Amino acid sequence: MAKVEKRGSLGKEELRDFFREMLLIRRFEEKVEERFRAGELPGFLHVGIGQEAAAVGVCRALEDGDVIASTHRAHGHTLAKGTPPNELMAELYGKLEGCSHGYGGSMHLYDVERGNMGANAVVGGGLPAITGAALAFKLRAEPRVAVAFFGDGATNIGTFHEALNLAQLWCVPALFVCENNHWAESTPSSQHMPIDDVSKRALAFGMKAVKVDGQDVSAVYSATRRALEHARSGKGPVFLDVETYRLVGHYIGDPQVYRPKDELKDLRERQDPIERLRAELELSDEEFEELDTEVQEIVEAAVEFAKAGTDPRPEDALENVYA
Amino acid sequence: MPELSYREAVRDALSQAMRRDDDVFLMGEDIAEMGGSMGVTQGMLDEFGPERVRNTPISEMALVGAAIGAAMQGMRPVAEVMYQDFLTLATEQIVNQAAKHRYMSGGQVSVPVTFRTQGGAGWSPGAQHAQQLEAWFVHIPGLKVVFPSTPADVRGLLYSSIYDENPVVFFEHRTLYGLKEEASEEIEPIPLGKARIHREGEDVTVIATGRLVHEALAAATDAEEEGLSVEVVDPRTLQPLDEDALVASVKKTNRCVVAHEAVTRMGFGAEVAAVIQYQAFDWLDAPIERVGARFTPLPFAPVMEEWCVPHAKDVLEAIHRTVGRSNGD
Repeated sequence: MAKVEKRGSLGKEELRDFFREMLLIRRFEEKVEERFRAGELPGFLHVGIGQEAAAVGVCRALEDGDVIASTHRAHGHTLAKGTPPNELMAELYGKLEGCSHGYGGSMHLYDVERGNMGANAVVGGGLPAITGAALAFKLRAEPRVAVAFFGDGATNIGTFHEALNLAQLWCVPALFVCENNHWAESTPSSQHMPIDDVSKRALAFGMKAVKVDGQDVSAVYSATRRALEHARSGKGPVFLDVETYRLVGHYIGDPQVYRPKDELKDLRERQDPIERLRAELELSDEEFEELDTEVQEIVEAAVEFAKAGTDPRPEDALENVYA
Repeated sequence: MPELSYREAVRDALSQAMRRDDDVFLMGEDIAEMGGSMGVTQGMLDEFGPERVRNTPISEMALVGAAIGAAMQGMRPVAEVMYQDFLTLATEQIVNQAAKHRYMSGGQVSVPVTFRTQGGAGWSPGAQHAQQLEAWFVHIPGLKVVFPSTPADVRGLLYSSIYDENPVVFFEHRTLYGLKEEASEEIEPIPLGKARIHREGEDVTVIATGRLVHEALAAATDAEEEGLSVEVVDPRTLQPLDEDALVASVKKTNRCVVAHEAVTRMGFGAEVAAVIQYQAFDWLDAPIERVGARFTPLPFAPVMEEWCVPHAKDVLEAIHRTVGRSNGD
């Protein structure tokens, strides 16, 4: 069995800052859902409501120079890695001011300057490149770590196994973060995995594996800090099994016919990472309202920024085509 | 000028790039002690060590994908995929990842990676070790595709591919590794996207790739004895394609044969024929002829394999059809 990490200690101010970030992601994604349903946003959108602690806990533990690869459920990782909400929202509106300049969209969010090497719409598609990025860091003796986000569903695909095998074989500074939300789109883990404990898959490669309560942001943060230290010190990659809950459907508009309604209701009551941290911080209603108002204003401003953004010309589609 | 074999030329391009630049390194199956299944990297482990001549597991998705990830961090990896048939295992990484990161990011990141691979019929390995799959990759926006046919070309083009800022799928032909050609001491990089006219002629242009360049040259020699003057042009880079050179040649000769070892149907030659007919329609005196393999998986038995893939006589017959006569009559 993988080792279960205990909560580390974080200062109250830092935790409060994490709370604000998680709340910003939540309000951002609620707004995305609202604007999508209003017909303003094109494309195929996946929100990670319920998984904010994983995004913030991991990304806040990273150092400058560390890089991430994200998934189709990428808004939280992107914001937590430092992309301004304006640039992210502009991307979702398909504007040139967007973080991928309108070429990527929700499932292909990039911010290379801030270490976001791209969200991937192919499940597991980004994992081998994280092994490769970590190899580059190792070859150049740079103290950097490459981090892949993916879900439990991705642990069934070949790239997962090949990328982890190679990473461990070559002892590269990589961190494989499994956002284990127990669902692969509409398929529960009981139907997609013949084992209960996903970290056994990493242990099979001889990789250090750590389990952590993904709804507890400080636990995620501390586990990530320790994993990064392990990877950065040349001891090899780490697999983080971040147990989390997707409190919404697979995509915006998913009727979730596959999921018992009482299960979702129960999870929302018990496993909302924002409610948990709010209680832990003992925020008064006034304090909460103040933070909430602040982040909602940021989100509203992002929508205004995005709507006022520049539409690409149709023929801009040919930019960056070299062959 | 020294003579280099095609195999030595590939090795020389890799070695010179690696001597010049620490960012260049190799990954692939059996490339270190064994020197690669075709012997291309023999001796390189001794010079560059195991960090830069990296043996990988049999794990095409990971070795190709890791090369992509290293390239996105500014390295210039050369990943060897032992047989091009095995590109199928890594096609997701090549097509969805390597070809698209620069585009999807709106130009924030480039992927300077080279995927070397080889293949080709003529030695009866059966259906899974000798296919010619270059047409799959020329169909993908975001990939450069190179298919050199001579030692000097393979050296100069591989060197340019390594230093290209974008992903290159680099096809070598198995039956050419022993072929020799004079080459300069110093590498002269050959720009991607430039065709080579191997032989000038007046009556028919044969546009050929890979092994078929040599079959076309043999056919051209035979045709000459019949009084036919054949021009042989090798595009060398399939994407981007030197359309100007191909069209100029056909405007001069007014007849065109397109020849490759891959199956004819839906092949690279179909695109070349479309380019020629559109840009040189008024100059054409005959329908464009295509030469390629029959539409079948490659069989094992040598007599069947030999029959399925094209040879010089098939090119010559196509030349005859374009000039409206048979056997030189």
